[in-house]
Amino acid sequence: MKEKAMQWVFLAAACISILAVALICFFLFANGVPAIQKIGIFQFLVGTKWKPSNELFGIFPMIVGSIYVTAGAIIIGVPMGILCATFLSHFCPGKLYKMIKPAIELLAGIPSIVYGFFGLVVLVPLMQNLFGGSGKGILTASVLLGVMILPTVIGVSEAAIRAVPDSYYEGALALGISHERSVFFTVLPAAKQGVFAGVILGIGRAIGETMAVIMVAGNQAILPTGLFSGVRTLTANIVMEMGYATDLHREALLGTAVVLFVFILIINLSFSFLKRRDI
Amino acid sequence: MMEAMNHITWREKIKGYKKDPFSALLLTLVVLSAIITVGVLISLIVYIIIKGVPNITPELFEWKYNTENVSMMPAIINTIIITALSLIFAVPIGIFSAIYLAEYAKKGNRLIPVVRLTTETLAGIPSIVFGLFGYLLFNIHFGWGYSMLGGALTLSIMILPLIMRTTEEALLSVSDAYREGSFGLGAGKLRTVFRIVLPSAVPGILSGVILAIGRIVGETAALLYPAGTATVVPSSVMQSGRTLAVHMYALLNEGFYIDQAYATAVVLLVLVIGINALSAFIAKKVGVKE
Repeated sequence: MKEKAMQWVFLAAACISILAVALICFFLFANGVPAIQKIGIFQFLVGTKWKPSNELFGIFPMIVGSIYVTAGAIIIGVPMGILCATFLSHFCPGKLYKMIKPAIELLAGIPSIVYGFFGLVVLVPLMQNLFGGSGKGILTASVLLGVMILPTVIGVSEAAIRAVPDSYYEGALALGISHERSVFFTVLPAAKQGVFAGVILGIGRAIGETMAVIMVAGNQAILPTGLFSGVRTLTANIVMEMGYATDLHREALLGTAVVLFVFILIINLSFSFLKRRDI
Repeated sequence: MMEAMNHITWREKIKGYKKDPFSALLLTLVVLSAIITVGVLISLIVYIIIKGVPNITPELFEWKYNTENVSMMPAIINTIIITALSLIFAVPIGIFSAIYLAEYAKKGNRLIPVVRLTTETLAGIPSIVFGLFGYLLFNIHFGWGYSMLGGALTLSIMILPLIMRTTEEALLSVSDAYREGSFGLGAGKLRTVFRIVLPSAVPGILSGVILAIGRIVGETAALLYPAGTATVVPSSVMQSGRTLAVHMYALLNEGFYIDQAYATAVVLLVLVIGINALSAFIAKKVGVKE
């Protein structure tokens, strides 16, 4: 009797995560989609003017902003992350590993607001000195996000590289090529699917990051013109205006969240798909 | 003997790299990236500590906040309250789901892939989306307004996948011999799970819970809308209150309190480093036991 009852309790608990995702989808779509319809889906997605006071709600600059900043983060974070994962798995002496691994886990644990603050007080003045201008913009945000996605990329890539059978590496070494070439030309290609999954997870982190980006991106709701021009991401658009927005403006911000959420769902599903195929 | 035969001296190694500069380049890149990664972490911590510690003053820890002292004490207390509340909801649900996944669900159970997919989805949802969801559900739909409870419930959904995953891993690492022994002595499934399997998995679960605490302490975007930014310790959980990370965001947003933001950053960093170290320490104990 008690056995059966508790089994149902465990089952119910397991269903809560399903319920949570369903609720999140329902509440976001129910609140955001009507606004998108009211504004017109075309107007909303490709409109280049975001002027809430004039009832102009085009989030194209923010979509572009999110994509640029994420792409920048990938360009900076992914090569570094993969190289670092290679170092950890094949070049790092055991004693050093015990120090570096916790450091990288700590990198994942630092709150995004602290990253944002560090970006604001160190990175922004640095960019000002190097390139002039305000120091806030695509490049600054990309660098900061590139660092923030490092632990994600490193963690998933390292696991994928370690999962490659040793025989690959040993076989290559036995053919007489160097340690470095063996690792880079036999082990890494064999792990590419797992590494790619890590990159996708990193993209998800970068596109969803809010508090760090808002500090260093400049947040102008216009189409960016270059590496140093300020951008506003989808996430920043929500946080900047949610505090005081009303009526259609508020609904348009929820519509922005819907667009962000759809991006994230696509990224998540492709990550899950890649991971399954890997096994 | 074998090692002596395969031993390569430094000089031979360097000679090898001279003959094969491409390998030398790869080695340099790999080492450089590791140095940069660790270097960024160290410079972040050192910079914030050096600039922040001189800004830590006794006024920052007075019991009541006002614009004179900009005290972070209420925010620290609120952080503890929100952490405790979130764990009260998330830990039992997370552990129970993991028990179902690891101990009860049979192979080929159709629910399992769905639960895995939704857990992975939850883990990938950005905190700002959680924040908006919490706001729409608790503040608007339930009509609670800004409340610490709404914030804690939002966070408990956010940390659920982390607790589920670490608990499941800990349960799966418990040797089957324990379960068989327990069954052999006549214990039922439930008794075996609670008396035998769960206690052996406690360190693994605990290290996951501590990591979850770290996420709660550092969270800003998911709390901003459900819990609001009130600067007091509220008299009930149905009222607004800001945690330390939200406090830091508010300070930066207002713009006049850079010194206090430095001090808050130090406190946050020290907390997060401590939490991470504790989690790693407990996880290491598990490793030794096995």
